[in-house]
Amino acid sequence: MAEQIALEVTRFSPERDKAPSVQSFDVPLRKEWVVLDALNYVKDKVDGSLSFRWSCRMGVCGSCGMMVNGEPKLTCATFLTDYAPGPVRVEPLKNFPVMRDLIVEITDFLEKLSKVKPWLIREKEKAPSEGEYLQSPEQLETYRQFSMCINCLLCYAACPVYGLDPLFAGPAALALAQRYNMDSRDEGKSERLDILSQHDGIWGCTFVGDCTQVCPKHVDPAGAIQQYKLTATQEWVKSLLMPWGGK
Amino acid sequence: MHKRSNEPFVWLLFSAGGVVAALLIPIHLFLFGLAFPLGWLNAPSYDSVLALARSPIGRAYLFVLCMLPLFHWAHRFRYTLYDGLQIKHLDELVNTFCYGGAIVGTIIAGYLIWRIP
Amino acid sequence: MATYTSYPPKGYRVRMSTYWWLGRWPYLKFILREISSVFVAWFVIETLLQINALIDGPEAWLEMQDFFTNPIVIALNVISLFFVVFHAITWFNLAPKAMAVRLGGKRLPGIFIAGPQYVAWVIVSAAVAWLLLHG
Repeated sequence: MAEQIALEVTRFSPERDKAPSVQSFDVPLRKEWVVLDALNYVKDKVDGSLSFRWSCRMGVCGSCGMMVNGEPKLTCATFLTDYAPGPVRVEPLKNFPVMRDLIVEITDFLEKLSKVKPWLIREKEKAPSEGEYLQSPEQLETYRQFSMCINCLLCYAACPVYGLDPLFAGPAALALAQRYNMDSRDEGKSERLDILSQHDGIWGCTFVGDCTQVCPKHVDPAGAIQQYKLTATQEWVKSLLMPWGGK
Repeated sequence: MHKRSNEPFVWLLFSAGGVVAALLIPIHLFLFGLAFPLGWLNAPSYDSVLALARSPIGRAYLFVLCMLPLFHWAHRFRYTLYDGLQIKHLDELVNTFCYGGAIVGTIIAGYLIWRIP
Repeated sequence: MATYTSYPPKGYRVRMSTYWWLGRWPYLKFILREISSVFVAWFVIETLLQINALIDGPEAWLEMQDFFTNPIVIALNVISLFFVVFHAITWFNLAPKAMAVRLGGKRLPGIFIAGPQYVAWVIVSAAVAWLLLHG
């Protein structure tokens, strides 16, 4: 009889339940299995109604973020054997409304993301006939780390400020804004500064730093935000000393 | 368009206060709070402390030592009240208490330092 | 419920507990770091009391020294010292995160920004100690 491990999964059906409950499943403890494999085993062999998001199963799509024993994790990158003898508690990502079982409503993040204008802003677009934008490896390096974000939202689950204040922009949105600010092809620094240097933008962040700890792609959103606080402060001082300076 | 926040002003004060607090307060607290009262080191006499404090540099040093850490406390404690007690909706009260307290403390410090004989 | 999104926030939502910071060690460390500011403020109060004693003369200064030998005050100052040192260490270690210094395309390792601050800490502390013990 193969070894087993107990999986304690949050179940919530909005048509039926007032609040989420916990259901326990025994799954095989295979040494190469990740939590996602265990969830798929349950859905396949035990209870087909178990609902959860997943896609690439290799840590690049950002779909399978959930709380595993209270820590935000990508379930496709979290090995079952690390939790032996168990039980393993799988809950929906913290700080987001739960739609069903392990699926959360992430519209809030998507709105905040579009608010920070995560695209190249240019005064005048270069015509294709003029050739491509050139960027040296050094220029790329200044923002490459922040471009690694896969929007998995583990940082939002870790951020207590976002949990306490849903109006806060949050780590990933701010890190992605910084990714475009630092891009040498971008000319939208000033436009983004208006949006970001707000109480619910960078100034809501109290540098807890947990977002950086849980990020599976080592984006370091906390670092991005603190660097941007410095930039915003420099701009503020400049605007004080030179109020006539154009944007 | 949104107007840029003036938060950088208090953040600068917070950062400066943090640096002063980190560099200077540990040694002061160690000496005056432990080493001198417990007799580990000879406490300076009244006259030598007065000589240091009444000099222009001494007064400026004392003022910086009192004012900046107070604003560091004000900013940090404000956010601790927001996050810890979840009273962000009382933010006017919190701001008045924190920054107002720091301003009052600074005024007291300035007055006392001015009155050093 | 605040309508901060154009989609009404459907779904089950739990309000964060007032004791959220006890749930995980990183959170507790964060709150301890923030609480250190209270002990920073306590130090300023102590300093103002000392300056007041300085103004009132040698007898008041001696009374102040007695005050500092009170066991409760000593205990409070031991705790304060712990928190103030904790503040200093976390402050120096976090500073490199806010400053992305690049030399020749590569980012300067954090130790080059944190290190000088520790050195400054030692030098400044030694200078203050020397002034008070020999000045």
